[in-house]
Amino acid sequence: MAFLKPISPNTSTTRAPQSQRRNEPEAIGPGTMVSVTIDGATTEVPYATTILDAAKKLNIKIPTLCHHPDLCVAGVCRICVVEIEGMRNLQASCAYPLTQPLKVNTHSRTVRQARRHVLDLMLANHYGQCTTCWRNGNCELQQLAEEYGVDMTRFGSVVTPKHEIDRSSYSVVRDMNKCIGCRRCVRTCIDLQEVGALEATRRGAETLISTFQDKPLGDVVCIACGQCINRCPTGALMANDPTDDVWAAIDDPKKHVVIQTAPSPRAAIGECFGQPPGTALTFELNTALRYCGFDKIFDTNFTADLTIIEEGTELLMRLHRALVGGDTTAAVPQFTSCSPGWVKYLEHFYPEMIPHMSTAKSPQQMFGTIIKTYYAKVHNIDPADIVTVALMPCSAKKFECNRPEMAASGYKDVDFGLTTREMAAMIKEAGVDLPNVPPSEFDSPFGTATGSGVVFGATGGVMEAALRTVIELVTGEKVETLFENANIMPVRGFDGVRYAELKIPKVGPVPPILQHLFKDFEWLNGVTLKVGVAHGTANAKRVIEDIKAGGKFSECHFIEFMACPGGCLGGGGQPIPTSPEIRAARAKAIYAEDMGYDIRKSHENPDVLRIYEEFLTDGPCGHKSHELLHTSYTVRGRFIL
Amino acid sequence: MLPAQQARLAADIAELADHHGRCRSALLPILQGIQRDHHQISDFAMQEVARQLDIHPVEVYGVVTFYSFLNTGREGRMVVRLCRTISCDMQHKDRIARQLENDLGIKFGDTTSDGRFTLQWAHCLGMCDQGPALLVNDQVFTRVNCEQVHEILENCRKTFTASGHVLTTGHGHGTAKEAFAR
Amino acid sequence: MSTRNPILFNDIPAESGLRRALEMHPLDIVAEVRASGLKGRGGAGFPTAMKWQLAAAAEGATKYVVCNADEGEPGTFKDRVLLSDFADLVFEGMTIASLAIGATGGIVYLRGEYTYLVAHLESVLARRRQANLLGNDILGRKDWNFDIVIHLGSGAYVCGEETALIESLEGHRGEPRNRPPFPVNTGYMGRPTIVNNVETLCLAARVLARGATWFRQYGTHASTGSKLFSVSGDCAKPGVYELPMGITIADLLVEVGGLGAKAVQVGGASGHCVPSRLFDRTLAFEDAPTGGSIIIFGQQRDMLAVARNFMEFFVDESCGQCTPCRYGNSVLLDGIERLEKGTCSIRHLNELKALGETMELASKCGLGQSAPKAFLSIIEHFHDEVLGREPPHFAA
Repeated sequence: MAFLKPISPNTSTTRAPQSQRRNEPEAIGPGTMVSVTIDGATTEVPYATTILDAAKKLNIKIPTLCHHPDLCVAGVCRICVVEIEGMRNLQASCAYPLTQPLKVNTHSRTVRQARRHVLDLMLANHYGQCTTCWRNGNCELQQLAEEYGVDMTRFGSVVTPKHEIDRSSYSVVRDMNKCIGCRRCVRTCIDLQEVGALEATRRGAETLISTFQDKPLGDVVCIACGQCINRCPTGALMANDPTDDVWAAIDDPKKHVVIQTAPSPRAAIGECFGQPPGTALTFELNTALRYCGFDKIFDTNFTADLTIIEEGTELLMRLHRALVGGDTTAAVPQFTSCSPGWVKYLEHFYPEMIPHMSTAKSPQQMFGTIIKTYYAKVHNIDPADIVTVALMPCSAKKFECNRPEMAASGYKDVDFGLTTREMAAMIKEAGVDLPNVPPSEFDSPFGTATGSGVVFGATGGVMEAALRTVIELVTGEKVETLFENANIMPVRGFDGVRYAELKIPKVGPVPPILQHLFKDFEWLNGVTLKVGVAHGTANAKRVIEDIKAGGKFSECHFIEFMACPGGCLGGGGQPIPTSPEIRAARAKAIYAEDMGYDIRKSHENPDVLRIYEEFLTDGPCGHKSHELLHTSYTVRGRFIL
Repeated sequence: MLPAQQARLAADIAELADHHGRCRSALLPILQGIQRDHHQISDFAMQEVARQLDIHPVEVYGVVTFYSFLNTGREGRMVVRLCRTISCDMQHKDRIARQLENDLGIKFGDTTSDGRFTLQWAHCLGMCDQGPALLVNDQVFTRVNCEQVHEILENCRKTFTASGHVLTTGHGHGTAKEAFAR
Repeated sequence: MSTRNPILFNDIPAESGLRRALEMHPLDIVAEVRASGLKGRGGAGFPTAMKWQLAAAAEGATKYVVCNADEGEPGTFKDRVLLSDFADLVFEGMTIASLAIGATGGIVYLRGEYTYLVAHLESVLARRRQANLLGNDILGRKDWNFDIVIHLGSGAYVCGEETALIESLEGHRGEPRNRPPFPVNTGYMGRPTIVNNVETLCLAARVLARGATWFRQYGTHASTGSKLFSVSGDCAKPGVYELPMGITIADLLVEVGGLGAKAVQVGGASGHCVPSRLFDRTLAFEDAPTGGSIIIFGQQRDMLAVARNFMEFFVDESCGQCTPCRYGNSVLLDGIERLEKGTCSIRHLNELKALGETMELASKCGLGQSAPKAFLSIIEHFHDEVLGREPPHFAA
């Protein structure tokens, strides 16, 4: 049956049903314009532009629900229907490409009635009171109900919930009683992330977004990235919220509650307080957290720097084994390991590639360990009384801190992972007007941070930070001589997959911190360092497949992977909504913060250097650091029990 | 499921995939084959199909639950489907339905305890001029009256005793492979 | 000129359409079909020649002809008859279409309920391959390569919608796609594809055999040719009838022995219910269109029970993709239940009517758009019968 075989061998990349893919404009000369008249206003748009996009250009607002700028077209909610002159049926403006001049009415009587009916039908099947919903005030359905003046439930309402809330995952909670079937989560999971935990099942009135065999989310192949949460228009998906436990710890006088804050939430939390995206509130947040009652506030950047030292050293060791020793088991390229969603993705989908994964823990977990060992010792606090909280942009971090192996300190290294959204809720509950409080500093002894730690938040940031350090340690030259302002532009940007080459022009003497591992760096002299960056697991998959096929990424030395589109700043714990523009604004804030630091490179962080002098005395990748700062991975596979 | 059974099922699925191809468009024919031969598309079968076609198990699950002739739960070796649509309804399908329930001792949606019969409703079977109509596996019965219900079921039972298993259609419609190979 | 069995059931030599097409340029084949005025017989009535022309003009070396044999509309069984008794004609029509649009692959999407037809169809296909009516260099015409496979459905009415059918062929849930793009440009596997009803393909073969002028002498100006009617319900002679397009319902009832009917459902569950006072309406695209389903209701029938049966069908068979159809059908069914119990206010009934209109206008595909039709027409024409009912008495 040869002709039934797929035309492109690359089927997996466009596996979403045709009905849910962006309309491919027909082959027509580039630059062809189509004229369209919407509500009386006329404009010209490129051929195959949707009515929705044309309306945006004219500043005409058409309501949407299933449409999302990150996702392919679905055209299923029907809230965006418009009337086209000469057509009997209403058309979904998000899915209708303009290929000929049309006259469109976006709010005729028929359109308004249809939208009202669509809303009525959704509300008639949507269980839950707005007052008890975590999306209260941030819900697209609620907002539309307000805009369209819904004053009664004319087709009834759900009296008793039909579905049990699924709290089985450490990261994502699903309340299908609130689902309106827009399938944004499905498109996120299958198309955007290519994880495939969620899909529409059954049909007709019984249609339900569900997991394989309706199993609890915690039992299926889900990487906990939380991208589905960020794109859900209602409260059907949420992160597993430990806020009550954190408050309880704060309220317990015996407990010493320490929080670390990551750069991405700081660049985004303002959005929860009405600030425009890209407003960094790093130091205001310190004040707010003290007000909430946290005993110490540390900067995750500190362990980000530590991660760079450990991971960079590990990279040099691997390269030495491969280039000098000719060791084929050295597993080059090395993969970054800071994104717990990515780690889980690899464990599920490519367990055979685990040897490539850096064994260095993520900054969150390193900090937890350091606090419950070094910090506890220095400050003479019983680690059993320390509660470590991590403010992260991430839902997978909740899973990560619950991994059984994450207890190097003898205790659970990180007790609670909080998302940006949950932190904002706590701050609001404490009555703090975050944008308007005075700034204050981080606490010592981890008060010094570098710009390298900050850029971790953006895709390419870990790579940039690692390169700044590795280049300087190996060449002995300032990285600024190679890259203006130490900004390594080739690894920045939002392209899904990026590749860069850097020739090592000369080598210097081995710096003291690495002298226990290398005699010299002559073996790196003239070597062209090849690096890759991928964000979003769909792109990660592309890179891994390329490596397996022996493509150019198989010749890379080091590849940064982030599970979420945009990197951590687009994480599953970040404020809702998300879009390419919002993520770009957050990235801008992060790079601006980097430029503001006196110290821009991890290996120049004096607090980090001190910890190697005082505590991790056998140096990077030494015995003690291996015990505390490195981890192992689990072969999970794809079989669902 | 025992490992040996799993291995046998996996081998069957591999054979179906060899026959229909390892691409998404082969999904339905493969699932139809599993349903026909195993009377169920089990948890394991769905995952094995997903593995063979390199798609996600939940996508297979979404497809299986969409089509009414595919079932994740175990069906009897004979699936009796009675048409419930208007023309058969007007020709007293309710009486046939009661008779089927009485003779099989089960309700619609259920399977007899010996695993022989499953009783289900079907939408229009395209036999509206000869209703009431029912399908037993692939075989259609028209103008069924209450007395014939007993007869039809008895004939099915005899097939069980005679051969130990029921005739199925086999791989009959797959011959197109050769057609396009030329 | 006989008005019964004029075209399809007429005794016309086998393969005469194909042999004539063989002598023609593909564009002339399309022109002949256009001249015949043939419109799609699945119910929607899209001009067949336009579909073929668009697919012929679409770029691509690989194109497909799909025969839509997913005959699921309640009350329709004409395709079963064609496939059982006129399989050669169906394949002849597909083969002609392949020549017209330049397709190499043909697929019959056969509903799973008709699995028992597979063996017969396969044997016909095998015979045709043997006779070089399929395969490579068909009938000696160089580089005309075309073959047909049978793909079975698995019990989903919505797969009769052409884009849902393509989704199903590709191994997905049978969920209709957004249109545009249309299958003639982006169809099966993203390739230009025509999806034609079984009957349409048979008629196309006849058009080629006898010419457009001959075809046009039957039917009306806007609805040329004949139509197969699947007649069931309260009549003396249910079955498949071939009659010219434009026949009135009254005349059809005479033909099938259905005099004294209370109402006729034209077009199955997705069609209209026509009460006896409107039996002078004609069965044609310009008046009362039908894919062939004619269900006759005698005076004793409870029209609310009819509406319930159709509504239950749609609640079950909706693909569940778009909001109006997924939830709307359940709301209408709930309304029917209220009417049965005698608890539906006129105000609520008016709300339901408005909702039905929204479903007709705003649903994503033809199924959703036609799902409320039966309900709306029954409510409209049998208003008095359905309102103010006594609640049913339940045995203690």
